[in-house]
Amino acid sequence: MKIGVVTFPGSLDDRDALRAVEMAGGQGVSLWHGSDNLKEVQAVILPGGFSYGDYLRCGAIARFAPIMSSIIIAAEHGFPVLGVCNGFQVLAEAHLLPGALTRNHELHFLCKDQPLRIENNSTMWTSGFQKNQEVVIPLKNGEGSYQCDDATLNILESEGRVVARYLGQDPNGSRNLIAGITNERGNVVGLMPHPEHAVETLTGPSEDGLPFFTSILHQLVGR
Amino acid sequence: MAKIIVEVMLKPEILDPQGQAVGNALPRLGFTFATSVRQGKRFEIEMVGEPTDAQMADIHKAAETLLSNPVIETYLIKVEN
Repeated sequence: MKIGVVTFPGSLDDRDALRAVEMAGGQGVSLWHGSDNLKEVQAVILPGGFSYGDYLRCGAIARFAPIMSSIIIAAEHGFPVLGVCNGFQVLAEAHLLPGALTRNHELHFLCKDQPLRIENNSTMWTSGFQKNQEVVIPLKNGEGSYQCDDATLNILESEGRVVARYLGQDPNGSRNLIAGITNERGNVVGLMPHPEHAVETLTGPSEDGLPFFTSILHQLVGR
Repeated sequence: MAKIIVEVMLKPEILDPQGQAVGNALPRLGFTFATSVRQGKRFEIEMVGEPTDAQMADIHKAAETLLSNPVIETYLIKVEN
């Protein structure tokens, strides 16, 4: 199973994401922002970092990269896409997910082990979790405050599209403590915390991030 | 030569922690006139000649696709000579 990981100029976590895919038993394939070639991968991860320096707005310039034109068309037809941190910001800018990520409410860059609840385990990226499973996954960003209008918030909540929610103290001012959401089909997931940094206890606080990568592999095998 | 000014502001209902931080700093410096501060962005775009109607339409398109994110921001366009 080939899972692509896009490298934009300024991506930081592309190597960790590729490694997480390999640890889950998949084949990680590096994709370049400047090409529209998806290299026959069966799913794509948009990694964390500061694409194009995060100039203008986080993810705003990356959203127009050649690789994104292929990803946007594919995602609209059910192709699985996971956006982590900066990747989530790119998905929001690309309107593949509703809402936007804005400056953390206390203006600090956060880097911490964050408790979360996985509330939706029916997406292609979270099927390996128990519903409402509590996990600890690193959160590291300056602009992770999830914002949307009331109508969008009501739709996300009533349709069960909140994938992950922050537990404990509010880290960044996100509406309804939203840490991750999915689209209607459940093939596109955006997540502020970094599951690729929690795939082994030697380098992370837990192995709680691994099911994001094993879930997609199981989903693809089952197709 | 014309200069196109595009001003981008967060919508009123979107939390603006940067503006709030500036608003909190003002009274510490003895400036007590402000009841609220919102922070935005200003783009100055130079072009040759006066913008045609078609170019103005393009400027609006650029403002709403790239310069602002309509989900959280509004924009205002002005032309200076």
